Amino acid sequence: MRIDPEKCVACGNCLAVCPMGAIYIDPALNRARVNADECVECFACYRGMSREHLNPRFVRAIRKAAHLLRFRFDPEPDICPTDAFAPDDLQWPRLVRRAFSDPQVPHESTGIHGRGTAEVKTNDVTRRVGEGEAGFVIEFGRPGVGARFRDIERVTRALAELGIEFEPDNPVTSLMSDRKRGLLDPEILDEKVLSAIVEIKTRLEEVPMVLRRIRRISPEVNTVISIGVSTRCGAGGEEPLREMLEREGYPTYRGKTNLGLGRAAAVHDAG
Amino acid sequence: MTNTLHRYSEHYATERPRDPEPVRDDFVVFAMATRGVNDDDLVAKYRAFLRLALKHRPVNIGDATRGGAFRPQRALDPTSHWRRDTGADAEAVIAGIEGHTTVAAVFDRYENMRAFVAELRDADLGISVNISAPMDEANRCCREAGMTRHSVEYSLGFCGRVDKLPDSLVLELTTMCGHGMISAALARKMIDWVKENRRGAAEAARVMARFCSCGVFNPSRAEAILESARTRNP
Repeated sequence: MRIDPEKCVACGNCLAVCPMGAIYIDPALNRARVNADECVECFACYRGMSREHLNPRFVRAIRKAAHLLRFRFDPEPDICPTDAFAPDDLQWPRLVRRAFSDPQVPHESTGIHGRGTAEVKTNDVTRRVGEGEAGFVIEFGRPGVGARFRDIERVTRALAELGIEFEPDNPVTSLMSDRKRGLLDPEILDEKVLSAIVEIKTRLEEVPMVLRRIRRISPEVNTVISIGVSTRCGAGGEEPLREMLEREGYPTYRGKTNLGLGRAAAVHDAG
Repeated sequence: MTNTLHRYSEHYATERPRDPEPVRDDFVVFAMATRGVNDDDLVAKYRAFLRLALKHRPVNIGDATRGGAFRPQRALDPTSHWRRDTGADAEAVIAGIEGHTTVAAVFDRYENMRAFVAELRDADLGISVNISAPMDEANRCCREAGMTRHSVEYSLGFCGRVDKLPDSLVLELTTMCGHGMISAALARKMIDWVKENRRGAAEAARVMARFCSCGVFNPSRAEAILESARTRNP
């Protein structure tokens, strides 16, 4: 993302809306600028801010007069008065930033908007996680920290050492150069994203082992990790995961519950 | 896309209190179809889902590809600083659905969510439906609606560089946009503005809601958090 210096009036409204804190006022220019290395191309500024399309010279004159008079204008906090944001034409490898950071851009590898796959949300029709199995969604960078692929690779390598197989339809898996060893494409290792999700599936009894491995390696990564783990319920709605997780010291307060209302169209037609 | 999985409350604090106060005002119900499996007549199904939701007073609805009921405006003028329409536009969400996406409805009352889920069961849309909420409340809803849970997914909280996370008050606000599009700095700014009485809590909540790109932000809960933030530390 770029801020057009001809349009920017340095009002500072956009500084607070950047999830990565990548926008600042350049004192030499007296215009807002984007730190390109920290920007994850999430488009929160471009899409989230309302616009007034005002003439920049007019706004600067008003601001200057207000400044001289010590007049404190109380603007709307989410408006770019002059429509100064200008998206860049992203090229490889930088374009992976947007694929993983802007939730309204479908990821080429999955066709799904956002950073992961459908995980347990469609399990009632996809049967991706069956009885006796556990699905992991290991997320890097969220909330509000961001992650470099170099850090994500530390964890994928550690998981690969356990003999774990990565979900084939996952965007991070699609960027692996060696899935057996959990290695990512070297070209993307320094790219920063708002969030990326690694997905794996194991047997239920392997859940504690995987959690301990993640916990052990997590101090070595320079970002925050959020973990979700899922399983198929039994015929009566019972599920065997909760006790195991609580024994490992994890909170089990909140999560997603798939209601089982999904149904394949062919079954519907037949019925 | 686990956009609603990790909504922070003090249950996820590193040092958790013994009996944290339950979250009673935040329930997300969302629907998703699978390509080539149950995506026939998809747009009509998604619209039916949201129309049913509107009967039960959701505090927000959304389409993951187009945004929620609170949206930024592309063409304002200077008078908008005093006369801006900051209300929800549910019809824009419903009209904007074009195809594959995730649609969601957010409730601040358990009873409303349960009534919606019961209607969804009867509507038999055939697409996958999930409740993202405290697990016991979701399970209770299933039992009361006469349904059996198919699968569950637990949020196990945060690890790694948790020292980089903002304070708990900010986390409660920002994690309600699961995609992380609401920045910690904006949440802090809104907390400060409410404390300074520059904006009301409801108005500040709506400012944040406009940045949530899929409409799962709960402005009602945000308003309550901001109101409580007037007088307390994180």
